[in-house]
Amino acid sequence: MATKTIAGKSIEVDAEGFLLNPDDWNEAIAEALAREEGIELTEEHWKVIRFMRQDFKERGQIPTIRRIKNAGGIPVQDLYRLFPDGPAKKAAKIAGLGKPQGCV
Amino acid sequence: MKKLLILGAGTAGTIMVNKLAPVLDKREWQITLVDQDEIHYYQPGFLFIPFGIYTRQDVIKPKRDFFPPGVEVIISPIELIEPDRNRVKLQNGKVLNYDILIIATGSHIHPEETEGLLDGGWRQNIFDFYTVDGACALAQHLKYWEGGKLVMNVVEMPIKCPVAPLEFVFLADWWFTEQGIRDKVEIEYVTPLPGAFTKPIASKYLGNFLEKKNIRLVAEFNTGRVDSTRNKLISWDGREVDYDLLVIVPTIMGADVIGRSGMGDDLNFIPTDPHTLQSKQWENIFVIGDATDVPTSKAGSVAHFESEILFENILRYIDGRPLLPDFDGHANCFIESGFGKGLLIDFNYTVEPLPGKFPLPGIGPYSLLEETRMNHWGKMMFRWMYWNLLLKGAELPIEAQMNMAGKRR
Repeated sequence: MATKTIAGKSIEVDAEGFLLNPDDWNEAIAEALAREEGIELTEEHWKVIRFMRQDFKERGQIPTIRRIKNAGGIPVQDLYRLFPDGPAKKAAKIAGLGKPQGCV
Repeated sequence: MKKLLILGAGTAGTIMVNKLAPVLDKREWQITLVDQDEIHYYQPGFLFIPFGIYTRQDVIKPKRDFFPPGVEVIISPIELIEPDRNRVKLQNGKVLNYDILIIATGSHIHPEETEGLLDGGWRQNIFDFYTVDGACALAQHLKYWEGGKLVMNVVEMPIKCPVAPLEFVFLADWWFTEQGIRDKVEIEYVTPLPGAFTKPIASKYLGNFLEKKNIRLVAEFNTGRVDSTRNKLISWDGREVDYDLLVIVPTIMGADVIGRSGMGDDLNFIPTDPHTLQSKQWENIFVIGDATDVPTSKAGSVAHFESEILFENILRYIDGRPLLPDFDGHANCFIESGFGKGLLIDFNYTVEPLPGKFPLPGIGPYSLLEETRMNHWGKMMFRWMYWNLLLKGAELPIEAQMNMAGKRR
């Protein structure tokens, strides 16, 4: 496991750069992670990120796209527009959550 | 009298009732089984129907043929499960109380989840083969189809039997060759996954097969909607795939009653301990088969391996003993590859499918991740095993837990 300096803070990440500990996260880190993905965070992005963090805190699971749609009220199309090429993974990464569980 | 209630008499529920009925003391326990359908479907056989290898009659039998004596069987849809009150309401008005509940309500396709999928093209030039009606309608269509572009699409993961759509395109390649029209058919496999399969080594092997059989792979395609007037699949990020004939695995979800009862995740799958198969929320509720959210394949082999662990754990729960965390995610799937051959994969939560021999290390007779005639015969003989041994809860010569012996890294 590697450590990486993000937004001036030394943080443990996995091989793909997902935070190992969601509590290490702060908003400056989200901005920095988003820039790495080529995304400039807008209020629309923050709505998704805040929902994901809150839902993770309550349920202990990284929300899926369907969960973000159903419980967070954000249309799937918007998620693909805001976080292109794999919104589930990208949004989870920027929100400082781990890598979503792969499919089987 | 204590009550053990089983919801669902598909593969998992039928195996469980056959294992439990002979050993639970009839003076202490009343077993009740509820299902809405009187017919048992051999779901692995649906794949063969579009190609005329099986008919509807080959994959159905009356459920009652598989129920042990002394069990109360109720045929009715389930209205609501009330886990905090230990009772279940049926649509026929009956209320069933339970001491132990086993949920085996399975998973089903939901084409209405995809915009446009049920519009004009459904069962005209768009078909599923995860229902017996869909598979039969597709058989009828293929019989007179003269060629064009066939697209096999998986809308989203997880799906039931993740190898089935691959088998479908392998068989289609064979079948169109047999019909003498393979040169008039373009086959495309469109999947949300980054490759042919969920796990890397098998994905590489199976990806090579697609190439060899001249089947085009379109990966990381997340279907957003279907435009059946223009015959196009459109992804959430705006990519388009044309088709003449679309065979699709729609969104797969757990039973509606799980959603109505507030017991499931966003796909109505029930949060379940992946090793003991106990519900994460209610200690007297156990979940088996497709109904769980455990991260392994939704497949009959998984239900079978789970049943051996769940059987032990139900008896331990009754005796007040700690549950065994013994389920390892074991799955075992024959993959029909066409031209009378097949592959076999064997894997669990932590070990992905690897090449080797199975079940006897070094001997076989089956070969893992390798195309052989023996694997094909294994798959065809399995239907007999399913009806005559598996559903009746008999011991099969395969261990519930995965074995590393015989596998190569």
